[in-house]
Amino acid sequence: MCSTCGCNQPSDAVTITLIGEEQTTREQQGFSLDMQGDDPQPTRHFHPGHGRRHAAHHHHHLHGHTHGHHHHLHSHDDHDHGHDHHHGKTVVELEQDILQKNNLLAERNRGFFEARNVLALNLVSSPGSGKTSLLERTLAALKGELECFVIEGDQQTSNDANRIAATGAPVVQINTGKGCHLDSDMVNQAVKKLRPSESSLLFIENVGNLVCPSLFDLGEGARVVIISVTEGDDKPIKYPDMFFSSDLCIINKIDLLPYVQFDMEKAKDYARRVNHHLEFIELSATSGQGMEQWLDWLKRKRGEMNA
Amino acid sequence: MHELSIVLSIVDAAEEQARKHGAAAVERIDLEIGALAGIEPDALAFAWEAGLPGTILANAERHIHYIPGRARCMDCGCQFDVQQLYEACPQCGNYFTDLLQGRELKIKSLTLTTAEEVIS
Repeated sequence: MCSTCGCNQPSDAVTITLIGEEQTTREQQGFSLDMQGDDPQPTRHFHPGHGRRHAAHHHHHLHGHTHGHHHHLHSHDDHDHGHDHHHGKTVVELEQDILQKNNLLAERNRGFFEARNVLALNLVSSPGSGKTSLLERTLAALKGELECFVIEGDQQTSNDANRIAATGAPVVQINTGKGCHLDSDMVNQAVKKLRPSESSLLFIENVGNLVCPSLFDLGEGARVVIISVTEGDDKPIKYPDMFFSSDLCIINKIDLLPYVQFDMEKAKDYARRVNHHLEFIELSATSGQGMEQWLDWLKRKRGEMNA
Repeated sequence: MHELSIVLSIVDAAEEQARKHGAAAVERIDLEIGALAGIEPDALAFAWEAGLPGTILANAERHIHYIPGRARCMDCGCQFDVQQLYEACPQCGNYFTDLLQGRELKIKSLTLTTAEEVIS
């Protein structure tokens, strides 16, 4: 059963695909190689399967005690030992975070990113806020200056990954099937295929969903929530969890401000009520307005890693 | 519907503990869930029904301890209960608050049924 969504359907299985990788005929355990129908580029799929469930180590304190009656009768004179089965009750005081497995693997990812000096960003938003357009423009702007890698998360299709691949950046597509968010294990698998180089930038575009991804640490260095002015300015208090857990809020599509009813200050005020540490950048991925500020933010964050 | 992921994470943890202790079943599970943890009780109950059949938790009694949200005003220092992540301090109306509790998402304890072999 898929550990993300609980489905039993193979079509819903999580697949991780490195776009543009040369097709090979080698078939390994857990890997299946195939060429996608309309996709001009050969692709390779990886099905994480059930091995992913055992990836992390667990450290917790166990304070167990056993209830029940046990009769230890040893007859040492004739060495006649009988066997008896008793049903006991053991209370394990676990005190363990429900998401411990995800959190531990996220920390492993984080350690890898730190050691490799990779700035990993988790981009979260509702569908249609312009994450992919922003990424396209960002990758084009940083070309030749900063090496960038991308992990694309979507339920279905590699449309977004193909758009990113067209910019020349190495990209892995994660299709979550019915899953509503990326988790640290998917990112771990994707990073192994992507192999981001030292001192690079890694953009992880999460599944378009303003609710579920907020709970799942991927090991990112910063979380960036993107909203657009075509959405309501009360979004931060409608979906507070995502704003609570983010470091930067990008307000996209500001070129459309004259045509929509979006109160910029109100939106920011709402977001600050949820998280007073939140930074803001207003931009338009279409017109390019405000992009400099975003690129500066990226370079500053990258610089902080070396400090 | 991340609640199903939550339930499956709970099943994973319970099965690991059962293996470790040689338990055949889990009789009872106690969870601690914060009011502001991003978990809908109804969605969790629904996911519980969907995710449990055939697992070690199939017949487990579920006890959920809800932890109310509590925050501290960074200006006046007063502490107060919160229902949302964006509540103003009742004393000074400030939104500069720190959440003290309410984001918990924890398996508190498991009661395992163990079959022990005793030499008599």
